[in-house]
Amino acid sequence: MVSNLLAIGPELALTATIVLVLMADLAIGPRRARRATLLTLSVAGLAAAAAAFALLPEGPTAAFGGLVSGDGLGVFFRGLFLVAAFFGIAFGALSDEVPEGRFGEFSALLLSTTLGMCFLVQAQNLLMILLALELTSLPSYVLAGFRRGDRRSSEAALKYVIYGAAASGLMLYGFSLLYGLAGTLDLARIGPALAAKAASGSVAVRAGIALAALLSLAGFGYKVAAVPFHQWCPDVYEGAPTPVTAFLSVGPKAAGVAALIRFVVVGFGASAASVPAGGLPWPVLLGVLAMATMTLGNLAAIPQDNVKRLLAYSSIAHAGYLLMGVAVGTPDAIRAVAVYAPIYLLMNLGAFLAVLAVRARTGSESIADYRGLGGRAPLLSVCLAVFLFSLTGLPPLAGFIGKFYLFASVLNAGTPFFYVVAIVGVLNSVVSLFYYARLVKAMFLEASPEAAPAIPLPVPATALLAVLAIPTLVLGIWWSPLADLAARAAGIAG
Amino acid sequence: MDLTTQSTLLTWTVFTPALGLAAILALYCLRPILRLSQPAMDQAARGIGLLASIAAMGLSIALWADFDGGSSSLQFIHRFVWMKSWNIEYFVGVDGLSLSMVVLTAFVFLAGAIASLPWLGKLDDHHPHFTKKRVPGYWVLFLLLETGVLGTFAAEDFFLFYVFWEIMLLPMYFLIGIWGAPTRKDPDGRTRGGPYAAIKFFLYTLAGSVLMMLALIAIYYASGPATLADGTQAPHTFNLVHLTAQAHAGTFVGAKAILGIPFVHIVFVALFLGFAIKVPMFPFHTWLPDAHVDAPTPISVILAGILLKTGMYGMFRFNLQIFPTGLAWAAWAIGVIGVINIVYGAFVCMAQKDLKKLIAYSSVSHMGFCLLGLAAATPQAVTGSIFQMVGHGIVSPMLFLIAGVVYDRAHTREIEGFGGLAHKMPEYAAITGFAFMASLGLPGLAGFVGEILVFLGAFSAQGGIFRILVAIGALSTVITAGYYLWTMQRMFLGPFNHRWQHLWDMNWRERLALYPLAVATVVLGVWPTPVFDMVRETVNGLLAALPAGM
Repeated sequence: MVSNLLAIGPELALTATIVLVLMADLAIGPRRARRATLLTLSVAGLAAAAAAFALLPEGPTAAFGGLVSGDGLGVFFRGLFLVAAFFGIAFGALSDEVPEGRFGEFSALLLSTTLGMCFLVQAQNLLMILLALELTSLPSYVLAGFRRGDRRSSEAALKYVIYGAAASGLMLYGFSLLYGLAGTLDLARIGPALAAKAASGSVAVRAGIALAALLSLAGFGYKVAAVPFHQWCPDVYEGAPTPVTAFLSVGPKAAGVAALIRFVVVGFGASAASVPAGGLPWPVLLGVLAMATMTLGNLAAIPQDNVKRLLAYSSIAHAGYLLMGVAVGTPDAIRAVAVYAPIYLLMNLGAFLAVLAVRARTGSESIADYRGLGGRAPLLSVCLAVFLFSLTGLPPLAGFIGKFYLFASVLNAGTPFFYVVAIVGVLNSVVSLFYYARLVKAMFLEASPEAAPAIPLPVPATALLAVLAIPTLVLGIWWSPLADLAARAAGIAG
Repeated sequence: MDLTTQSTLLTWTVFTPALGLAAILALYCLRPILRLSQPAMDQAARGIGLLASIAAMGLSIALWADFDGGSSSLQFIHRFVWMKSWNIEYFVGVDGLSLSMVVLTAFVFLAGAIASLPWLGKLDDHHPHFTKKRVPGYWVLFLLLETGVLGTFAAEDFFLFYVFWEIMLLPMYFLIGIWGAPTRKDPDGRTRGGPYAAIKFFLYTLAGSVLMMLALIAIYYASGPATLADGTQAPHTFNLVHLTAQAHAGTFVGAKAILGIPFVHIVFVALFLGFAIKVPMFPFHTWLPDAHVDAPTPISVILAGILLKTGMYGMFRFNLQIFPTGLAWAAWAIGVIGVINIVYGAFVCMAQKDLKKLIAYSSVSHMGFCLLGLAAATPQAVTGSIFQMVGHGIVSPMLFLIAGVVYDRAHTREIEGFGGLAHKMPEYAAITGFAFMASLGLPGLAGFVGEILVFLGAFSAQGGIFRILVAIGALSTVITAGYYLWTMQRMFLGPFNHRWQHLWDMNWRERLALYPLAVATVVLGVWPTPVFDMVRETVNGLLAALPAGM
């Protein structure tokens, strides 16, 4: 029992933090250092959760009768989510979009989402996956609508809820079919059961498996914002407060990708290197989804004039790149996803931090208001340019290393289909340069409008910017530690 | 083959500009503490930039002095393991080809640096000049670009090469976009100017380099085991020396076909396209006129003088050195496109009204000779091709500096708008005439040597098609002479256009940038031996692996 509890130590720490934050929120009352106190408490809770990793049982031991898996993939992504939560909360503390009086509420909701994400990546059981997904989603609906008076924020929340409800409904239906076909909820046993069923079964059984798999995919597709489940994404990203958008664009997305890896690779045993159980062509299915996602994301980003919308479409495109790795599904590819995810977190959060800083001063998210920013806020602009070019995937920035790992794994799959995927993928990087460079062009190549305000950077924002920008630069030329961690995460399929 | 570290001189050469960059950045950050005013900061950035360019020039000459031309193997090797997980090495070294390009790079960047200074000469104060705009940023990017280019020529590890190759993109984008021509509408109502040219350049080159990245990965996975710098065995390698040896031993012949196309062919094409965009090869040349015309003068100088050569260098280093069978397979096509470059470029020059655009298209034409020489793949033709790279690398910077001289004074480059300038600016007319003659291939000047060697070498190449190509290409020299002489006549001869009464002749800054290039043009024109000595063994080594019958 103790080892079971230790296995979810970080989650227990998070839960305790949520409760403490809520209680402290009530207890402190309208005192002056409210935000600082709650921030300290939340960050201390995250640190405690991180420290709890040291107490995890040795080796990949499943806990709670196989409900959660203790494997490297889960550990890696749980660590990543704590980092994402830290930045989400820190951004919230910096932003005027989260009023001081409601910071406790914000922090508790964000930590609850994180808790859901942590359970999602280690869930080995269909029911557990569904519950964790709901735990991730419900607080994030509230977060999206956090600015109650703002119509766009409310619209975003409503859209998010409706899409989310539909997606989890579809997923639940898919899971129930899977349960009916396989007779088990345990992911590790579903694969063999389905394989046996498909081998002896009729066309109807095969069709049932395919239907179940596709319906289940809807839930994951919604979380990662993959085509055709992406429509909520631009509106929610635009309408939600910037810290929430920043968090949603990295946390739940990475959680969805990691859970999808577990579902497809562990559950169905699918990878480009092996024939998946149940005869479903997962690699091709996901590969097509990846190509559609990145192409739509990149093309739709081009005409955007709102920076948050632009970054929303860019994040759809990046979901496409990540899905490419999931589609390949080899240990190589999972390692590539595990390298890409933290790098994506750094550069995307960095870009949103810049958006947040500009918004705090100008109240605008329009690209037109970024004109001449290079002169008004040199450090901020240079950092934003670094993040944007890193998102494009240019060496010697970290984004290139992430893309290099991904494309290497795709090419190494060695099938004609994946050669096509790789070519579509690199051409997409070229397209993405165009819209990232639009922002850079506005900042550096265009003159400031008259009376454009200077953008002073408060010290905490500068510090956060450095914390995000320095690894984006360093990981581009020295990424051994990250590669080692990622290789351990990929241990599951290898 | 011994690939142990011999010296760090080459690394110093490559990263000297980066040290200058770091110095400028450090000074910029310490500016409040040191109480530097903005003009003082600007002057300091200029001084550091110039010094770093001079130091890189000095170091590259030191390399040349110690270089053993009698050997075809790499020299000044510096090698250690960089990233163990991908068997990536930091591996730099030069052979004759690399060294010729390294020296040329340092030389052209120095000329560019001098042309980037607002010193030693009058500037028209009524028009904002790029040399006075965001000065520290300019020099940071300028020096980053120099390190990128030098690294590209020095890298002997494919991954390292790719990183340097891509490092060239960003500074170039900003240098064209920020310090280039402001956005304007052209007569057809289309948006043109620096920002447009910059993103066009960026997108074109990135499209090429992502294909190169795929080729890089494919080659890595198809490569065989090799020994790393620390003595450990690696299953695959990016090491160009090992890759070359493996390729010649047939490792890639048996590699798995991609999309039904033999491995060597598809990788050859992917690499070739990446380089061809940079050369630029017809029909991928359309970024060039925009970028060259709208870039500030020193950046046009660097674009034409050096950046185009990185494409040709890549073709020699990868397409010829690693995949000689691929080159044999594609030779006729490259030759044909090379001649299209020559002829098409020359005809387009004929039609230009803008002096800088004319010079830009002349680069398209002249780089065609390099392509033809590569395709012919005889010792003479390849030597000619490399010499043409050096020759064009000296002459085209002169031409762009010349275009800059008149633009700084008249704020127009409309050829028809001038006339009789020789009365007012005799020295300028003389140096322009000299540069035009050098560019059209007058014997005795550097432009001639490369062209004639390419023609001679290609004429003796296997396959009758090259004789036809040489015949067509040789005729185009008449057109080249035509557009240069016609331009000369319209700008400098005839009655003086009194609109230009206020113009003044060359100043010392312009002389300092131009005359060393002019001297080099004459020296290499009458005594090309130093370049031949440098590259002879390298060329023989490169061609030794070609399949028989080429």
